[in-house]
Amino acid sequence: MHALAIQQLQKTYKNGFHALKGIDLKVEEGDFFALLGPNGAGKTTLIGILSSLVMKTSGRISVFGKDLDTEPEAVKSCIGLVPQEFNFSVFDKVLEVTTTEAGYHGLPKKLALERAEKYLKQLDLWDKRKVTPRMLSGGMKRRLMIARALVHEPKLLILDEPTAGVDIEIRHTMWQFLRKINQQGTTIILTTHYLEEAEDLCRNIAIINNGHIIENTRMSELLGQLQLETFVFYLQKPLFKTPDLPEYDPLLVDETTLELSLRESQTMNDLFDRLSNQGIKVARMRNKRNRLEELFINLIHVNSKK
Amino acid sequence: MANGYIAFKTILLKEISRFTRVWIQTLLPPGITTLLYFLIFGHVMGARIGLMHGVSYIEYIAPGLVMMNVISNAYANTSSSFLQAKFFRSIEELLAAPVSNNIILAGFIMGGVIRGLAVAVVVTTVALCFTNIHVMHPIVTLITVLLTAALFSIAGLINAIYAKKFDDISIIPTFILTPLTYLGGVFYSVHLLPGIWPTISLFNPILYFVNLFRYGLLNISDINIYVGFTVLIGMLLSLYIMAWWLIDKGVGIKT
Repeated sequence: MHALAIQQLQKTYKNGFHALKGIDLKVEEGDFFALLGPNGAGKTTLIGILSSLVMKTSGRISVFGKDLDTEPEAVKSCIGLVPQEFNFSVFDKVLEVTTTEAGYHGLPKKLALERAEKYLKQLDLWDKRKVTPRMLSGGMKRRLMIARALVHEPKLLILDEPTAGVDIEIRHTMWQFLRKINQQGTTIILTTHYLEEAEDLCRNIAIINNGHIIENTRMSELLGQLQLETFVFYLQKPLFKTPDLPEYDPLLVDETTLELSLRESQTMNDLFDRLSNQGIKVARMRNKRNRLEELFINLIHVNSKK
Repeated sequence: MANGYIAFKTILLKEISRFTRVWIQTLLPPGITTLLYFLIFGHVMGARIGLMHGVSYIEYIAPGLVMMNVISNAYANTSSSFLQAKFFRSIEELLAAPVSNNIILAGFIMGGVIRGLAVAVVVTTVALCFTNIHVMHPIVTLITVLLTAALFSIAGLINAIYAKKFDDISIIPTFILTPLTYLGGVFYSVHLLPGIWPTISLFNPILYFVNLFRYGLLNISDINIYVGFTVLIGMLLSLYIMAWWLIDKGVGIKT
């Protein structure tokens, strides 16, 4: 059974903006799925429709076999939502934020408190349970939104940019946590602007642009499509002239920084041989861009030209 | 069903906690203003007015003052709470949860009713310091206060559904509700009005609610109580259906 199946989903806002232009999408049960796209592509509209915050214009949506039109409450029970914007009740304390959500999902008080304690502890917020969310840091607020979304233990967790504005250490902790939740059986749909996050966590991916799905495949297959990768080489000794490596499109950024591009057919061994032959010693190297980022930019660029 | 009950209880307790947490802003002012009304209109001026329909003036205005506060507080509770939830987007939690429109409405309306009743208790307590109140028709009194509070809770909710800013929920109470309440027979019997004014007053729905409540407490009414209940129940059902439809269509809360 699919965790999510979307057929011909359309959304036109009252001002005439056609945000979604016939989306078809399937997400397997247990998947960790990336939904990527530039700003304004339609990701948040799509998530809004899935979580019943935005009215669709047409199309069908089913979640674990339940139709959103005919069984909206059954669908809502399956979904946990972590929205992009903070939307806490201003006067509620952290513990109340989670138990209230549990109450909306019909959990009895005792179970609600147990679940709230479980997820607040797992997300390192238990010590903050008696303060209001506005007293929390940005990272803590993001984690609170995750705890709140998980309190009814949904089968499908939708995360709309959950790590936006979160420092790198907390981001990695959140990744570990999300991986664990996914391994325990929760299907996760993630939108993010940190493409290394999507590459690191997700098995399948869809890229949305201008209201259309322009790519929907396995992450490994998509990364396999990468035909050109740019690397940055930090040289041991300064170089005053661009080396004669025309097949690698060399760019001498400064005396000790050289950028070279590798095509799919070229190997790193050949490149290092060529560098050695010219007496160039490499101290360190890195990808100029994350591989998914490279593909993402290419895809959006090609799609925009159509 | 059990899930619905828990969701309803969650919304209701949240609503009650919201207005009791700021009791100085919500429960105390009606007590203070009623005290002033009783002192000025009841005690000082009322003594010169004499009897109204066979009861002292202070006793005559007591039911209207209770009802006036029930109406304004039930309205204010749902309008401010729902708009606040829209403004801070916490309404999204509720819309994304498996909570039916009827449960959402029931939770907010009951929150307004409880505030209305709490204020009624405060105002009645103040009234008891000035006059004796004997409940002549307890069932009529109870049904009237409950249904009136429910009606104005729904009205406040509808106002908040359409409201885009906090100013939008003060316009109707200030420019419509307050004048209608003052002209709705709280301080006088419409039979005392000259010319066509008693007839015009019959178009003011608050006249019916105030008189129903006054009938419940004092057995005095300017209107037929069956007509009063028909108006009350008719308006209640109409506004409930309207509120349900607005929430179902996502007016003001979904895009």
